[in-house]
Amino acid sequence: MDTKGYNLEQLKSFYTVMYRMRRFEEEVFEFYKKGMMPGLAHLYMGEEAVAAGVCAALNEDDFIGSTHRGHGHLVARGADINKMMAEILGKKDGYSKGKGGSMHIMAMDKGILGANGIVGGEIPIATGAAYTAKYLGTNQVAVSFFGDGASNEGTFHESINMASAWSLPVIYVIENNLYGISVDIRDVTNVENLADRAIGYGIPGVVVDGMDVLAVHREAEKAVKRARNGGGPTIIECKTYRWQGHHVGDPGEYRARRNENEKAEWMARCPVENLRKVMLAEYMSEDEVLAMEATVEEEIQNAVKFAIDSPYPDVSEAYTDVFVE
Amino acid sequence: MREILYRDAIREALDEEMERDDRVVLLGEDIGWLGGNFKTTAGLYEKYGDLRVKDTPISEAGFVGMGTGMALTGLRPVIELMFSDFLLVAADQVINNAAKITYMSGGQVSVPMVIRTPIGGGRSSAAQHSQSMQAMVSHFPGMKVVVPSTAQEAKGLLKTAIRDNNPVLFFEHKMEYTNKFLIDDEIELIPFGKANIVREGTDITIVATSSQVMKSMDAAKKLEAEGISAEVIDLRTIIPLDRDSIIESVKKTGRLLIVDEAYEFCGIGAEICANVMDDVFYYLEAPIARIGTPNVPIPFSPALEFPIIPSVQKIYDKVKALVEQR
Repeated sequence: MDTKGYNLEQLKSFYTVMYRMRRFEEEVFEFYKKGMMPGLAHLYMGEEAVAAGVCAALNEDDFIGSTHRGHGHLVARGADINKMMAEILGKKDGYSKGKGGSMHIMAMDKGILGANGIVGGEIPIATGAAYTAKYLGTNQVAVSFFGDGASNEGTFHESINMASAWSLPVIYVIENNLYGISVDIRDVTNVENLADRAIGYGIPGVVVDGMDVLAVHREAEKAVKRARNGGGPTIIECKTYRWQGHHVGDPGEYRARRNENEKAEWMARCPVENLRKVMLAEYMSEDEVLAMEATVEEEIQNAVKFAIDSPYPDVSEAYTDVFVE
Repeated sequence: MREILYRDAIREALDEEMERDDRVVLLGEDIGWLGGNFKTTAGLYEKYGDLRVKDTPISEAGFVGMGTGMALTGLRPVIELMFSDFLLVAADQVINNAAKITYMSGGQVSVPMVIRTPIGGGRSSAAQHSQSMQAMVSHFPGMKVVVPSTAQEAKGLLKTAIRDNNPVLFFEHKMEYTNKFLIDDEIELIPFGKANIVREGTDITIVATSSQVMKSMDAAKKLEAEGISAEVIDLRTIIPLDRDSIIESVKKTGRLLIVDEAYEFCGIGAEICANVMDDVFYYLEAPIARIGTPNVPIPFSPALEFPIIPSVQKIYDKVKALVEQR
């Protein structure tokens, strides 16, 4: 990991955000294992460097579009983890009053256009937010996060084509974790790098190590700057990996088909652990890192308690919010 | 009162709302330089420019989804889909996204977006350019569904649609675009959820949508000559549904016929029949009836197409049978 150009405060900030994501989802997983969580959740563990690196390149008023695997994007964007956790448990004090769950968390005050349960569903929505920014001349940008699977949906191609044709301020971040549930991207797509598709739309496409938060951040900053300056969209493909299966409860055994050590090899490159090692080696003592972690841990435990203590919504809530006034 | 083409009434509504509110932005195929496939946006590109009257690529899911993103972030997009059949190309963005985002967010956000699109047979456009999609979209929660009849109705309801804070599906009948109507400029906005009794009668209630309102009126005139008095209700909006006006009318007439051009099976007629049954059952003098398009794909040849879509004659025949049934 090349830390050149970054100061300690920045590294601490990256680490805090990634550690918060990781601990948040470990608690989500616990809720699932204890049978306290309705339905399922798609965990982002392993991919933290992508959301942390990209979101650090954004301004407060920028937009992001997220996916079914969205907890990381939301935490990186500064969403309220109490309201997130309550929503994941289907509680009244959740972001959507328990109507959306893990896949539909939205927080417009943080520019979060929503997680989305349809693969590729949010790509045109984020592109539309970029259209608004261009139309109103606000200098905002939009980021669309999605996986390798979504890059084979029609909305991916349609959206990037329009964004390119009209120079919209949007960055398309492909989180290539190699699998769409069990299907290996290498078995269904005949390009080595999904970012190569950028050539077909006349825009830049870059491949980056998605396990290195600083590498992601450097590329995101370039793409954001280009978008803000009217240079149009960029595709950033982050090579990454999910620690868990498609969702909680999926052991993900299909990943041993090509290489039985595949998961272990990726986990050895843990983005959270690696940044911790760098900080310990060059900047901080173990005690100082532990103190940072303790602060995050307190937030996480508060969120867990908040979610457990929140009541379930009254059944009348099912009938509201279909329309607004 | 002045005379106006239906398509020009649509254009006036768009123009007036764009003048009034610069957040109103149009997107669609061929709406710019060409002025729309049915000429409903003629002159707007020249007046408002490329960024507000945006010609899109043939990417229905893409540009409808963009509309949702624009609506979430402060604009009021009005999207034209060249034929309502193309709603199916964009169905995920319409039904799974635009219609549900308000609910999924727990009411945090709204999607003030209008999708305008033509419906109906009559042009030998065959199975993929002649369908009427109002029944299909009405099955899903989260969208308002508008089925205007005349030019006056189209203009007033479109202006209301653009000011509504929810996704609105606005169905224009393609056979009306070049028809002339009288329009009263004193009427500006026509509210949703308030059906219009366009003709009072005592023997039967005909609830109709879109072009079927005009066909029902023609049938009612013929029936009057035979001593049958038909009340004709222009439904205006399917969602919200003005069930009270229908119930009140049927209590008076004792008979109900629903006419909508979408496929009859699982259609608007079936829904209204079941929806009002509890309230009107003991007032009925004949079974509730419906006319729609039978469940076959719309055929190409006029020899096949015209006999299957609803017509003045079919309405006339059905009413006669219901009234004369004792």
